[in-house]
Amino acid sequence: MAKISFHHGDGSTDVLEVEPGTSVMRAAVTNGVSGIVGECGGQAMCATCHVYVRQEYLDALPPVGDDEDEMLDCTVDERTDRSRLGCQVKVGDGLEAIEVDVPESQV
Amino acid sequence: MDTNGNPGQRPAESIVVVGNGQAGIQLADSLRKEGHSGPITVIGEEEHFPYQRPPLSKDYLVAAAGGGAPAPLPLRAGKFFADNDVDSLLGVAVAGIDRAGHTVTLADGTVLGYSKLVLATGAANRGLTVPGAGLAGIHGLRTLADAEAVHAALGTARRVVVIGAGFIGLEFAAAARARGLEVTVLEYAGRPMARALSPAMSEWFAAAHADMGTVLRLGEGIASFQDDGAGHVAAAVSTTGTVYPADLVLAGVGVSPRTELAEAAGLVVENGVAVDASLRTSDPDIYALGDCASYPQAHAGIRLRLESVQNATDQARHLARTLAGTHPDGQQPYADLPWFWSQQGPLKLQIAGLMHPGDETVVRGDPAAGKFSVFCFRRGELTAAESVNQPADHLAARRLLTHKLPLTPEQATDPDFDLKAYSKAVPVPA
Repeated sequence: MAKISFHHGDGSTDVLEVEPGTSVMRAAVTNGVSGIVGECGGQAMCATCHVYVRQEYLDALPPVGDDEDEMLDCTVDERTDRSRLGCQVKVGDGLEAIEVDVPESQV
Repeated sequence: MDTNGNPGQRPAESIVVVGNGQAGIQLADSLRKEGHSGPITVIGEEEHFPYQRPPLSKDYLVAAAGGGAPAPLPLRAGKFFADNDVDSLLGVAVAGIDRAGHTVTLADGTVLGYSKLVLATGAANRGLTVPGAGLAGIHGLRTLADAEAVHAALGTARRVVVIGAGFIGLEFAAAARARGLEVTVLEYAGRPMARALSPAMSEWFAAAHADMGTVLRLGEGIASFQDDGAGHVAAAVSTTGTVYPADLVLAGVGVSPRTELAEAAGLVVENGVAVDASLRTSDPDIYALGDCASYPQAHAGIRLRLESVQNATDQARHLARTLAGTHPDGQQPYADLPWFWSQQGPLKLQIAGLMHPGDETVVRGDPAAGKFSVFCFRRGELTAAESVNQPADHLAARRLLTHKLPLTPEQATDPDFDLKAYSKAVPVPA
């Protein structure tokens, strides 16, 4: 199992144990983590699963794809160097744990 | 409701939502976010918890090939309903509406009172009526149960015939090709996705599917199916008399809005439950939204019914503000820009706006490289943009159409014109 930690603006954290291969978006939506919507079902079409990946995990991620790059340009909360779409980040396969900060707004 | 319209002094109204798809669930969520404190009940016909339908014709069909059916993606986790005090009824249909008494009666005899009723009943697949249409092995694709059956059938099928080259038919065709099956698509119209796409984009997709190995037969509809002698489909016979052997048939021939409740209750129905720009039906206490509703479409200038996630969720957010009395500028008409997407194998199709038949079209980008857009104009004004694997164009077009920023066909085709930067220019207030 792999571990995903979702840090919220109010200081609370949701920690999930999920099957390897699960995306950050799917884990959040399936388990009811607030602040992550996933309106398009995980196809990098809607930018409603925006997360800020904590610095220490960034290097372990595959690079931002072209589609993801464009969608990140229209997130509701400001894009930063730590911005990713949760549907494009999967745990497992060398990424056994990840921590992300959940933005204030997605829509 | 008090007469000075102060939302803070409204008594808590009871809202009943018929339908737990994308529109109904988003409405319940947004009602709570907008501060609605009264009871909310969402009624779903299917036994299953509310789930996302779009992946069912795409990723879902190629995931776990050879294994059991994958788990669907929920619209909300189970705890959403408890956390937000939303009553979710599953596996029960609504039998009727008593408008005078402000109640709905469920199929099990339960009677629920409402202050406001919202119809989010969606649409149903049109069935085939040709001889042999009832044979085993002929599937539709809409519900999770449909998708589970199709996923299982793909595991043993070799030859697939798809009836209808719309979004669902072609998404399925690409998934079946990805699983190595022989795929033939029959389409009675002269080009694929004719209702949704410009001829230029439609023709490009016809060639792209041929490149994937799909046989696309245009101008050829379905006439009948042949029985293998044991009640299972053996072949599809087209309107030209051609016989296409098949062990799996997928019918994607469009949908009909679910208007039966509205009709029985005497509401106005006009290609869907007819609503005004505030999404209200001919009964002031009943609203309708999403796939089942036809509304005066601000961008098209005519009454339309749209079938899309964007339409369902944006209308739900709008209606939630209406019902909670929280529109920032008072009551506003629903006027969000329509947009659509389809994923057909490696092809990401995104549409912003509404194309009209006969629009002038120009191409931006390189069709041969599979990354380009078709921009549609009517009397010199941008109406829509269709993009393949070119999300930057799609997002720019959405901004242009939303803010009514002018674009000329010359700018659209000029590779040196920075569309993205231009679309981000602050719109000048009218």
